[in-house]
Amino acid sequence: MAINNHHVLETRNITKHFPGVLANDQVNMHLNEGEILAILGENGAGKTTLLNIIYGLYNQDEGEIFINGQKTSIDNPNDAIRKGIGMVHQHFMLVQVFTVAENMILGAEVGQAGVLDMQEARQRIKDISEAYGLKVDPDAVIEELPVGVQQRVEILKALFREARILILDEPTAVLTPQEIEELFDVMRELKSKGVSIIFITHKLNEVMEIADRIMVMRRGRVVGETNPTESNQNDLANMMVGREVILRVDKQAAQPKEPVFEVKHLTIQEENKLHSVRDVSFTVRAGEILGIAGVQGNGQTELAEAVTGLRSYNAGDVFIRGQKMPQEKPRALVENGLAHIPEDRQKHGLVLPSPLTDNLILCSYYKHPFVKGLTLNDEAIEDFSEERIEKFDVRTPSPFIPASNLSGGNQQKLIVARELSRDVAILIANQPTRGLDVGSIEYIHKTLVEMRDNGVGILLISAELDEIMSLSDRIAVMYEGEIVGTLDAEDATREELGLLMAGSKKERAGKTA
Amino acid sequence: MNLISYLRSKKLLLPIILGLVGLAAVIVFYILSPQVTVAVLGSTIRQSTPILLGALCGIMCERSGIVNIGIEGQMLMAAFISFMVNVWTSNLFVSVLAGMAAGAAMGLLHAFMSVTLKLDQIIGGTVLNILGLGLTGFFYTAGLTTAGKIQPLNLGFLAEIPLIGPVLFTNPPITYAAIILVFVLQFVLFRTTWGLRTRAVGEHPRAADTLGVNVFMTRYVNVILGGAIAGLAGAFLTLEAVGSFERAMTNGRGFVALAVMIFGKWNPIGAWGAALLFGFANAIQTQIQFAGVLDIPHQFIGMLPYLLTIIVLAGFVGRARPPAADGVPYEKE
Repeated sequence: MAINNHHVLETRNITKHFPGVLANDQVNMHLNEGEILAILGENGAGKTTLLNIIYGLYNQDEGEIFINGQKTSIDNPNDAIRKGIGMVHQHFMLVQVFTVAENMILGAEVGQAGVLDMQEARQRIKDISEAYGLKVDPDAVIEELPVGVQQRVEILKALFREARILILDEPTAVLTPQEIEELFDVMRELKSKGVSIIFITHKLNEVMEIADRIMVMRRGRVVGETNPTESNQNDLANMMVGREVILRVDKQAAQPKEPVFEVKHLTIQEENKLHSVRDVSFTVRAGEILGIAGVQGNGQTELAEAVTGLRSYNAGDVFIRGQKMPQEKPRALVENGLAHIPEDRQKHGLVLPSPLTDNLILCSYYKHPFVKGLTLNDEAIEDFSEERIEKFDVRTPSPFIPASNLSGGNQQKLIVARELSRDVAILIANQPTRGLDVGSIEYIHKTLVEMRDNGVGILLISAELDEIMSLSDRIAVMYEGEIVGTLDAEDATREELGLLMAGSKKERAGKTA
Repeated sequence: MNLISYLRSKKLLLPIILGLVGLAAVIVFYILSPQVTVAVLGSTIRQSTPILLGALCGIMCERSGIVNIGIEGQMLMAAFISFMVNVWTSNLFVSVLAGMAAGAAMGLLHAFMSVTLKLDQIIGGTVLNILGLGLTGFFYTAGLTTAGKIQPLNLGFLAEIPLIGPVLFTNPPITYAAIILVFVLQFVLFRTTWGLRTRAVGEHPRAADTLGVNVFMTRYVNVILGGAIAGLAGAFLTLEAVGSFERAMTNGRGFVALAVMIFGKWNPIGAWGAALLFGFANAIQTQIQFAGVLDIPHQFIGMLPYLLTIIVLAGFVGRARPPAADGVPYEKE
């Protein structure tokens, strides 16, 4: 055992089967004291399974776990907590109506004879949050806190239980760029205090920024180990996917034609009298991609909802192919050639418990050939679904399983398959690749460019600057509800866009696009 | 002004105003007619007791995430069992315990159906109700007599206080127990480890599970103990209030208890207030019928408590928010 002495955590030959899947196949990994280990892999590569085994949520079929060189068994989360392992799950394990303090002490209550001592609990939470530089108000109610702070509470929860090994499962998936920076600062701070961190992600730039060591997984196996100085994003992407990935989007210069989508002087005033969108105007032509860049929360969501008919606006007009569109009439918009990939695919893009077939006809169920008298034409629906599923490469065992069973990438493909199943003039793609793995991102990007070349106008809203820069033909930047500048993608630099996104209007290139 | 805005922020303003108005009304009526006032208020306490106990059962179940619409059946079964045990043993204390055990056993059945079998909890509750109605109806034989019922307990000098004494401090033991239970449960739910875990399990069982809280055990214990409290309500009906058993004698109190639980926003003290309001409506209704002051068919007067329930639930509760995982079976990954 002497060899492992400096490894705070080690797994040997971990194997885990799920019905029909080999989720982990002979996984060997180790974690050194005070380092940040990134585990990189596509969705379904077995990263989360491995960490759930380490945290005792699953039990491995084969293999061994060592903590500080000692062979140990972790049967349930309680075991893991006792052995100094803390985990921050991708979906937070926080009771929404509890206070920060109540969440922190749950399961490790402070008090005597079963009676809680909240005064003492508050003090201890304060001590810990000061020791690690993580500020929280112990009496704040979770549901009123922003996501980034909720995550901080999760980390503190682990530290409260004296965790020395911290597992973060896709911690950045739900955060804004600023919150990600804050998280990274916290991770560096923890590292300097000797906490060892494992973090899962599929975002390459994050790995390069924060990790000390990188382990890449694919289809349940460890396929490589490296570190940021010896590697680059391209190598990592290839390792993850197992083939050459084109990170740069391959595209010809756009051939824009007539305007298909015009927004004029759109203004939205919220109930609190503030303007979430203020006098926004732009035009999208057939065969071009207009990207809307901006830090999240600067009116992009509201704008997208308004122009897709999901909410009303106070002033302004929306035109598709020169025709003025009514407010809050999604069907009218759809029938005039609007397609929409919504920001939250699970909430607004799909009916998760319904089968793929139902999801594919959501916009057209009332039309020939899907409707037959008063009933639906099951045969036509099935034929249509199979054709769509094949054409858009949705990986599913059957068109009749619930959409919730698909992975994120396949859910997004399903939405694209539905939205592109009719005559489309304008596609509004809002965060189309958020949370997807590299393979799916590549697919979605390729599809968007293909559509553009087929003469569809595309409005791309994304918080990922890289995505905006590599896909768009023109880039408009939103700041505090206004379009503060529109640039040609060819001349746009990161610095210039960054300045506009931060609200510096010096570079302002004209208000209308 | 500061005090008022503070009370409003704590959502205490409305209860305090209602309380003061009620108190003023009671004093005025007491001056006008002491006997009637004491009778109405005493009846309020008695009428509210079984509903309050039923609501406390509901609170324990739902706070841990189990919907229980079978309180009616639990009460009825307990009422029957405690009556029969009283017939056989003539020991009131043993009879009360038997009633609580019957309620707890029904709770165990409900926990087994909803936690272990993951049955739909509405179906499970319906099973309890049908079981209670069917079994008690089948085994009950008319004409059984008992040694007697539980007598009021005079709390010494407290009982001498005018108005308050006869209303509050000359009640039988289960009535006192119900009031004590309100405060015990309020304390347990919000000030103890067990309460924190119970509420966590009712809101986000997966979170509790990842922190090492045993979700299944927590739910079992709460539903069984809640059942014992519903059993106490049943024992109250046969041993303290009426003294004998009748078929279907719970008469919907188990369902009113659910309304009271919601009106009280899943808080023991809130439920107590709601139960008192309902008990008061019942007491007034009886009083109006006795006095014959209103010349309308008694059926309409009999509607009063139920009308009040509907109005209160529809109009005054605001957005009541049940525990997030209420009624959702928990499955381990």
